[in-house]
Amino acid sequence: MIPLSHVIWLSAALFTIGVIGALTRRNLIVILMSVELMLNAVNLSLVGFARAWGDLGGHVFVLMVIAVAAAEVAVGLGIVISLFRNRDSVNIEDVSLLKW
Amino acid sequence: MTASLVLFYLFAALALGSAIAMVLNVRNTVAAALSLVVTMIALAAIFVLLEAYLVGAVQIMVYAGAIVVLFLFVVMLLNLRTDLFPAGRSFLPKALGVIAALALLALLLPRIASHLPAQTVLPADFGGYRSVGIAMFTKYLLPLEVVSLLLLAAIVGAVVLAKRRID
Repeated sequence: MIPLSHVIWLSAALFTIGVIGALTRRNLIVILMSVELMLNAVNLSLVGFARAWGDLGGHVFVLMVIAVAAAEVAVGLGIVISLFRNRDSVNIEDVSLLKW
Repeated sequence: MTASLVLFYLFAALALGSAIAMVLNVRNTVAAALSLVVTMIALAAIFVLLEAYLVGAVQIMVYAGAIVVLFLFVVMLLNLRTDLFPAGRSFLPKALGVIAALALLALLLPRIASHLPAQTVLPADFGGYRSVGIAMFTKYLLPLEVVSLLLLAAIVGAVVLAKRRID
């Protein structure tokens, strides 16, 4: 039997790695991948709590998070392709026009 | 220590190692995407160990099978060169990012970990396709339909964003 606390620790560690990736990398595609990693970490904690409570709502919610992640990736990569066509770059430092 | 716990530690180490490899890989975006696949498959194995059988299968099909393939497709379509990303000008923003992420971990986790629920007795067929399907199409029918609308909007949005300007 896997203790719930171990699952939550793993989930938090993966989420933190995802946050570090999203904050420190400058490749827009890798930033999108880090967001996927964060969504997966949240899925892991949802599955862990669903098992602890014996409630299938957590599993259904994980499937919806996966659907939203797929939609997000499709639109995000569409934006990346459109950006690459206009600026010839996927470095976020080249698209800092709105940055203060 | 039971076999499932040993497998959990094994796949947890695999997921963490490949996630760190993904974030640290600054040279090759394709290799970063492949590290992401390893993380997803290790997480699918952990889902199965946590009695989420349907979720584990969907994880492999959608994440490893579709989302990462989309990433790889875009990386190869754009043909990224490493000289697009010159060496960082300053160390400070990265250090601040790491500190902010670790502060989030240190502030949130002890509070969550001290209020965990006790394990309840699981019903039979917990997490199989039958029980999850019944829950999804009865109690959670409305959210499911809303997600289908979201997917439709995402399809249209992706096509509109990525198509070439004709005019």
